[in-house]
Amino acid sequence: MKVQIDSGRCNGHGRCYDLAPDLFGADDEGYGQVLDDGIVAPDSEHGARLAAANCPECAVTVLEET
Amino acid sequence: MTTDDRFSQELRQANNERQTGTLSDVITGPVCDWATDFSHADPEWAADPFPIQDDLRQRCPIAHTERFGGAWLPTRYDDVASIAYDTERFSSRSIIISNYRPSPDLAPVGSTPPISSDPPFHHDARKLLLPAFTKTAISRYEESTRAFCHSLIDAFDGKDVADAAQDYAKYIPMRVIADMLGFPPQDAPQFAQFVEDVIGTVDLPPQDRGERLRPMFDYLYQQVREHVESPRDDLTTYLINAELYGRKLEPTHVVGTIVLLLIAGIDTTWSAIGAALWHLAAHPADRERLAASPELLPTAMEELLRAYAPVTMARLVKEDMHWRDVDMKADDWILLSFPAANRDPAQFDQAAQVMIDREVNRHAAFGLGIHRCVGSHLARMELRVALEVWLSRFPAFSLADPANVTWSTGQIRGPRTLPLRIA
Repeated sequence: MKVQIDSGRCNGHGRCYDLAPDLFGADDEGYGQVLDDGIVAPDSEHGARLAAANCPECAVTVLEET
Repeated sequence: MTTDDRFSQELRQANNERQTGTLSDVITGPVCDWATDFSHADPEWAADPFPIQDDLRQRCPIAHTERFGGAWLPTRYDDVASIAYDTERFSSRSIIISNYRPSPDLAPVGSTPPISSDPPFHHDARKLLLPAFTKTAISRYEESTRAFCHSLIDAFDGKDVADAAQDYAKYIPMRVIADMLGFPPQDAPQFAQFVEDVIGTVDLPPQDRGERLRPMFDYLYQQVREHVESPRDDLTTYLINAELYGRKLEPTHVVGTIVLLLIAGIDTTWSAIGAALWHLAAHPADRERLAASPELLPTAMEELLRAYAPVTMARLVKEDMHWRDVDMKADDWILLSFPAANRDPAQFDQAAQVMIDREVNRHAAFGLGIHRCVGSHLARMELRVALEVWLSRFPAFSLADPANVTWSTGQIRGPRTLPLRIA
């Protein structure tokens, strides 16, 4: 599993780094960023799905197969 | 070194005289039909807008009113989102509905940038503010906010009943924003009057309104001049020194942004804290569950923000157009109800139910698109700390006098009288 952020849609609500701080962080202006390569460890998969399901701008996507 | 005289009385006077706009006839009286004559200033709406919104979503999803010189009320999530994203056809040059429409010349800056700004200026004005409002930047205020919440409760001094709206929720955002702006903490209580002056006077002709707002502007210009003389590590000094396009900001931009931070940060968060406490007081099962499981609070908080979103924004239609089956005219208002969007069953499973363990919650309480509330991380910190402290001090509390709970009228909705039994 892999996570991505569409920076064109992100408006810095910060739901992703609230819900899955092991996968997402914030830049200096509060926009979401994928940490490292975005590959999701098995025990972080729930957090990844939560982040995608709670982003108000639908900017976070989860790719199930990598 | 030249002195910074941007904030002198003389310049301020000159800027005041540039105010132009149009006034529409004031239409008052009870609403006869919510689909064709809605008014968010009506007492029925203030007391409980949700049945009205649910009904409109079914039978007339984009309601209209002749009041305020003409306004539209979309109640479907999809329509609210589409308008929030469409900055080409909907302007933010005024975001509070009234009978006064500021001149189109005011765009793209508006009177309180960046909330009143349109692209492309909006992006640059907003960029100046973002670093001060990141989650990390806000976290440095958490400890002092927590101590302040405790001190407010200490002051209840063993009372059995406390007004959680007037004696708790209200003071929290006032104190924190005073801190961030570098205003004396003892001045914070008078900010409530400033909020009332700004929000309560939107229907007055510009000159009368100017008179009512004079005390606030006198105060703010005085604070700014003091910061010019002795700079400090705070947002006011930051804005005084900030540059855009290689120049320092216009004085009206500096003071307008301070007005925005002061006003938009206070009654909104006050409302969110109050509405959350009201819900928990009125729903003992939710309160007991949260008191017993504090780890549920972040999830519960988002649900309370969805269900009782305090903020409704406004837009102005830029040009005549046919939009989703209605004919909008240039300068018609849009009442952009994030609360209505948040209760749309097409977007949320069991939308009318408040479920404090709702895990999937793509709510729009802080807006959508480029105008996402710049203070959302601050508001969330204040709301979380306020609820944590309250629940830790009063695991059991209830409505002391349900019939005497009052709610604010207008675009910011929250309890203004909230007597809670705490012992």
